[in-house]
Amino acid sequence: MGYQGIGASVRRKEDLRFLSGKGNYTDDINRPGQLYAVIKRSDRPHATIDSIDIAAASAAPGVVKVFTGADIVEAGLGGIPCGWQIHNIDGTPMAEPMHPVLAVGKVRHVGDPVAVVIAESRQDAKNAAELLDIAYTDMSAVANLTDAVKPGAVEVHDGVGGNICYDWAIGDKAIVDGVFANAHKVVKLDLTNNRLIPNAMEPRVALGDFDTSSGDWTLYTTSQNPHVIRLLMGAFVLHIPENKLRVVAPDVGGGFGSKIYHYAEEAIVTWAAGKLRRPVKWTADRSESFMSDAHGRDHVSTAEMAIDKEGHFLGLRITTLANMGAYLSTFAPAVPTYLYATLLAGVYKTPVIYCNVKAVFTNTVPVDAYRGAGRPEATYLLERLVDVIALETGIDKVELRRKNFIGVDAFPYQTPVALQYDSGDYQTTLKVALKNADWDGFEARRAEAKKRGKLRGIGISTYVEACGIAPSAVVGSLGARAGLYEVAEIRVHPTGSVTVFTGTHSHGQGHETTFAQLVVDQLGVPFDQIEIVHGDTAKIPFGMGTYGSRSLPVGGSAMVKAMDKVIAKGKKIAAHLMEAAVEDIEFKDNTFTVAGTDKSKTLTDISLAAYVPHNYPIEELEPGLDETAFYDPKNFTFPGGCHIAEVEIDPETGVVEMVGFTAVDDVGRVVNPMIVEGQVQGGVAQGIGQALMEACTYDSDGQLLSGSYMDYAMPRANDIPGSLSVATENTLCTHNPLGSKGCGEVGAIGSPPAVINAVVDALKEYGVRHLDMPATGAKLWSIIQAAPSSGHTPAMAAE
Amino acid sequence: MAQVTLTVNGKQHTVEVEGRTLLVELLREKLGLTGTHIGCDTSQCGACVVHIDGMSVKSCTQLALQADGANILTIEGLAEADGTLHPMQEMFREHHALQCGFCTPGMVMTAVDLVQSHPEGLSEKEIREGLEGNLCRCTGYHNIVKAIAAAHPLMHAQAAE
Amino acid sequence: MYDFAYQKPGSLADAVSVLSGDMEAKALAGGQTFIPVLKQRLNKPSTVVDLAGLGLSGITVSGDVITIGAMTRHADIASNADIKAKIPGLAHQASLIGDEAVRHRGTMGGSLANNDPAACYPSALLALGGTIKTDRRTIAADDFFQGMFTTALDQGEIITSIDLPIPEKSAYEKFRNPASRYAIVGVFVAKFASGVRLAITGASQGGVFRHTEMEKALSANFAPDAIAGIVTPADGLNGDIHASAEYRAHLIGVISKRAVAKAA
Repeated sequence: MGYQGIGASVRRKEDLRFLSGKGNYTDDINRPGQLYAVIKRSDRPHATIDSIDIAAASAAPGVVKVFTGADIVEAGLGGIPCGWQIHNIDGTPMAEPMHPVLAVGKVRHVGDPVAVVIAESRQDAKNAAELLDIAYTDMSAVANLTDAVKPGAVEVHDGVGGNICYDWAIGDKAIVDGVFANAHKVVKLDLTNNRLIPNAMEPRVALGDFDTSSGDWTLYTTSQNPHVIRLLMGAFVLHIPENKLRVVAPDVGGGFGSKIYHYAEEAIVTWAAGKLRRPVKWTADRSESFMSDAHGRDHVSTAEMAIDKEGHFLGLRITTLANMGAYLSTFAPAVPTYLYATLLAGVYKTPVIYCNVKAVFTNTVPVDAYRGAGRPEATYLLERLVDVIALETGIDKVELRRKNFIGVDAFPYQTPVALQYDSGDYQTTLKVALKNADWDGFEARRAEAKKRGKLRGIGISTYVEACGIAPSAVVGSLGARAGLYEVAEIRVHPTGSVTVFTGTHSHGQGHETTFAQLVVDQLGVPFDQIEIVHGDTAKIPFGMGTYGSRSLPVGGSAMVKAMDKVIAKGKKIAAHLMEAAVEDIEFKDNTFTVAGTDKSKTLTDISLAAYVPHNYPIEELEPGLDETAFYDPKNFTFPGGCHIAEVEIDPETGVVEMVGFTAVDDVGRVVNPMIVEGQVQGGVAQGIGQALMEACTYDSDGQLLSGSYMDYAMPRANDIPGSLSVATENTLCTHNPLGSKGCGEVGAIGSPPAVINAVVDALKEYGVRHLDMPATGAKLWSIIQAAPSSGHTPAMAAE
Repeated sequence: MAQVTLTVNGKQHTVEVEGRTLLVELLREKLGLTGTHIGCDTSQCGACVVHIDGMSVKSCTQLALQADGANILTIEGLAEADGTLHPMQEMFREHHALQCGFCTPGMVMTAVDLVQSHPEGLSEKEIREGLEGNLCRCTGYHNIVKAIAAAHPLMHAQAAE
Repeated sequence: MYDFAYQKPGSLADAVSVLSGDMEAKALAGGQTFIPVLKQRLNKPSTVVDLAGLGLSGITVSGDVITIGAMTRHADIASNADIKAKIPGLAHQASLIGDEAVRHRGTMGGSLANNDPAACYPSALLALGGTIKTDRRTIAADDFFQGMFTTALDQGEIITSIDLPIPEKSAYEKFRNPASRYAIVGVFVAKFASGVRLAITGASQGGVFRHTEMEKALSANFAPDAIAGIVTPADGLNGDIHASAEYRAHLIGVISKRAVAKAA
């Protein structure tokens, strides 16, 4: 067994159970006497509910109960709360319409839950759901952003004029307009960010249980943040105090943001379990996931950059429409504002920026954070715009980036859009990426591909993002209705082994391994004597959960703080046992030593003394060795880097093949390089999916056309290039004790513009300036067809 | 209700099922073998792949009654009785070929069949094509491909012993 | 799915009898399309009749014909040495259907009887000019397909085997739907001494069809260039979120040329 502390690629603890089929996912849990809930969902995008006849369904075999919106109203349940309030430019709060657990009076998107059938078996419940007689009157619907804001568009919520949830801005418009008025040149780009469906491989599941003897509720759920669910559902929807409500998120099969939010099904099964005095389980079919999991992205933007003669960026002006869907999901309002517009400086020293964001209600599934959340949208917009500037000025795209970079000596760097970057070195990540991708050898590869009848292109993206969310006071001032600290409890047991209770949640990230490495490093406890516990409000003091790449920078920092307390207390005990002054005690490698002597005590000696306090400073110190820390970060962290994509296009079919991808990221201190690489690889695959394949598609009337894997293209193994190179060039975060920045989202943030820049580069002889994601074969063929004759004669690939 | 008799991981079971009961439902709900997962309803994700008489099959697209008399191997039966991991499981761990673990059982069962049926060797491209029916959202497949390539010589060396 | 009775008859006669006696009974071959349909509750059979016990699988060569039992799995067709040697286009086609797990269960007879407009096999049967044998008659390929999801089969009629004439050359090329991986356009070309037959699946609203203009040109000159100038009209072709009718029309030309290049 080699070194297993920080910096080692320790193989994962959790793998043994996952590889042998011993994982414990929510759908694997069954409770005695369990009933099954099936949700009847709206099959229409916008309609009034005129009546619901439940008689036949209620009388169907196996049915225990049918609930509709009327029952929810009668029970006095609250609406599903939104966790973030944004204010309009005029200072008024955003429109925040009621989000009922079950639809009341109206349905507003395909998939909106209308009724729940609870039966002895799932099939009984499904059969009965077909017997529900619901009379609707259809209304006209709006699905896309530009339609929704047109004058005269139907209102998704009565009284929300123009379907505007909020009209928000950052920056000084007058100053920015002034810069544009005097600029040498203005480059403008209209673009969209395609709507995505997260598609964690485990569909959502919720199992509500009620203990008739104690009067306690338990919810087992596929969540990234059980404490947040307890808070939102208990306090706002079901009115159950925390002490009576336990939320368990066991092994969770991927999240990517989609399992952050409090969903109606969680409230339904918990409430119904209490009403019926029996456990109630709901398991989503995948087709149900498509219309009930929060979607991601979906922006329409116009971006303009003012530049001087040399290509220096003078000012950036942006307007964005952001789709909220039919209701506000938990974090939705924050995504296109504080996770998007604040990132628009990117890695560039653009001095002035103005961005106006209108969030828009539509008759679609709610949209919320999906891996990257706002930052992929900002990065895509900026990195596409920079490439267009390069095209229109003739300045080399690498040189253009270099000359506008924030310099390595400029940190801490205050951007014009609120954030203060603490560290970074964009020149270095760029330099290493160019080398790893053999940028200089590209033209030879392009020429070789041309001989094979293929159009080869290369694209680059240099980016920064904000992670480790976030300082509570800052987010509070920006409208967050929660604090975003993290919590860790370190329990040193009497014989020196350690259990860590963390408020973060691992659903693929490998916390059971990396967090144990932190303990190895700081306390010197052997790896196999460390247990990480997460995902249960009954065990963990508190926590805000895992999203925004915050687990290590925030949750890991909380662990460091708690271990500091353990060491501090341990020193006092050691001082007592070795009859020395506390100031003279040093702790290193699991051992307390009296400085300058050979007197020492191991952590086990100390923990034993703490729990068996026979010889112990009992007057001044409590027994036990169990410390908790709440860590509230001082700032966001700022991972960044450079991604380079290489593609080949078959001009006859338009099909793009990824032939190479190079990522060089700055994620701060790396605890486990193997896991960091895996996170980046996975993120890049999702970015490639967004750029080339994935498209959540609604028709103009609000019907979901991409409602299953038959129509929603997921990246498969042969869509990802074999030559996927991932590396890090790290600068340390300056304000958290680990120096870590987070690595969960960089892959999905940096990659889409790199891929599209490569596609546009490949098509340059066709005069293509821009195209929207995803770059499907069908789309590229249309572009090639429409292009003026390029003189390019495609050879036949099969020859 | 009808009866189906089948051998699962070396142990024979006779189970009462409905005509519509899927093999995956039998495994998960009747036998408590929850390692086999359900990730979609259109037979595409592959989280439910098991071996029927040595061949990879999507257990969500198979009636339990069709498996009467069959020999089924699930992820729970892959390791040796003493817990020694199968080389494919070992290589998945070594190469960090899993993150959330949800697609993993189906991915491993597909990979084992893929390697077994290609003793002559597998190129990277063939491995990627062999994973056509298995979706993973976490890993980007990169390390899964590496793990399978690494398991190939180990499995065939073991088979040759 | 809705519940149903399950039967696994031991003889063809018994299977026919159950299926003919009950209009709501449905035959189950490999189930790789049928079971997902049941799961979506799009079909409510009274009885599902499993054809796996009828001994209908196997591949035999006699003279210039390969006979494939209706219950022969895609994987067995893809890996069969005779098919690989004599009708390589078919072996390749079978290797592109679904994924390996699906190919272990799905059958040729089941796929042909279903006649999904995006399925692969109909193009092979039609291009090869094969013959369907059922429990009661033989049906020529040109008469078998009658529009999407529609065939010449009567209620209760069971395909027992498929006779495929061995061509001089054959190839299949498939342009896959990036999501479902079914064919957006699939082209099977077969060259016989008597001429060339070329069938296209995935593209047309009417299901699989022969491209007679290309056949004529290829019969005169079996080379990609022979069909390079042939424009397929988009009228009557499918259009969906993945590919417009115009794109499909264009792909028919490209994919056909590639199929010919591969066979030639």
